[in-house]
Amino acid sequence: MSRRARDITAALTAAAGAALLLLGLHMGEAEIVLRKAVNICLECIGLG
Amino acid sequence: MVKRLGKHIRLIVQLCWTALTNGYAMGFLKGGIYKGELKKICVPGLNCYSCPGALGACPIGSLQAVLGEQGKWFSFYIVGFLMLVGAFFGRFICGWLCPFGLVQDLLHKIPFPKKRKRLPGDRYLKYLRYLVLAVLVVILPLTVLDIVGQGSPWYCKYICPSGTLFAGIPLVLMNEGLQSSLGWLFNWKVGLLVVILLLSVWSYRPFCRYLCPLGAIYGLFNPIAFYRYEVDKDKCVSCGACTRACGFALRPDVEPNSTECIRCGDCIRACPTQALHRRGFGKERKVEREDGA
Ligand code: SF4
Ligand code: SF4
Ligand code: SF4
Repeated sequence: MSRRARDITAALTAAAGAALLLLGLHMGEAEIVLRKAVNICLECIGLG
Repeated sequence: MVKRLGKHIRLIVQLCWTALTNGYAMGFLKGGIYKGELKKICVPGLNCYSCPGALGACPIGSLQAVLGEQGKWFSFYIVGFLMLVGAFFGRFICGWLCPFGLVQDLLHKIPFPKKRKRLPGDRYLKYLRYLVLAVLVVILPLTVLDIVGQGSPWYCKYICPSGTLFAGIPLVLMNEGLQSSLGWLFNWKVGLLVVILLLSVWSYRPFCRYLCPLGAIYGLFNPIAFYRYEVDKDKCVSCGACTRACGFALRPDVEPNSTECIRCGDCIRACPTQALHRRGFGKERKVEREDGA
């Protein structure tokens, strides 16, 4: 795979990633993450 | 002076990043966690969101949280985040920006007779991280549901040593209420953590190499990430200095973008002919193909 092909793949991956991330934000997934992250996660600390 | 600093620059970046992203001092003082809006943003490394100092969210914990949510089967937010970070950096995150990677690096500096680059059974064990990712991070949180249709974060619950070290142990030490609820699960997780930490003294980053689902994901991006390595075939004399310098005994002269490479840069520094280099933006030099041809 040439350097150019790798760069194009990386650029497409980054663009697709950014699009998915924005879609996820639009769908309210960041709120799910926030809800989980602001409460002590019992599973993480070994009590869940 | 610059050369001496260069040798330690990765450690300095790791320490600064860990301090910066876990800088909520009140959490450590009061035995609680940060509850602000920043927590909806993921940090790139395996940094537990229940660590008292954590200012951001852990991508692997977040992925399980979204997949376990009632009615969700995919996380656009987290998968998008991982693709974006992966496309730019690949496993550079592991080498430079992950707190649990830092802990293993520090432990490996402890002198120990007969250190090993890889554990016995490495040939098979190195695929375990993909199994952990598929089964504990994706399949079980998606399919084993409670009565309200909610899945559990299986990886956090039964495996994650980063959660035990940075969240479980400090929170339990600081909260008497939590101490009274300890049971077999906590003992199991602490036991696993101790084994991993002891193995890290003997062998280089065993958790990253064999178990980490986040490293497994970022590794897939190594071959195409903007941050990648190249070999100048005209300069390489096949002396093996890079492999001897590599903590995992990889062959960056043959496969500069292995899914196992954490981009620590030790091989580049060790190469006597400067044949190994980071991807430049100038004119393409004669570089080694991935298949070694
Ligand atoms: S327990 Fe591990 S995977 Fe889960 S949120 Fe904490 S660091 Fe992330
Ligand atoms: S493999 Fe996992 S624990 Fe190791 S540095 Fe990468 S993200 Fe961190
Ligand atoms: S191949 Fe080089 S950069 Fe990758 S882990 Fe080994 S020494 Fe570090």
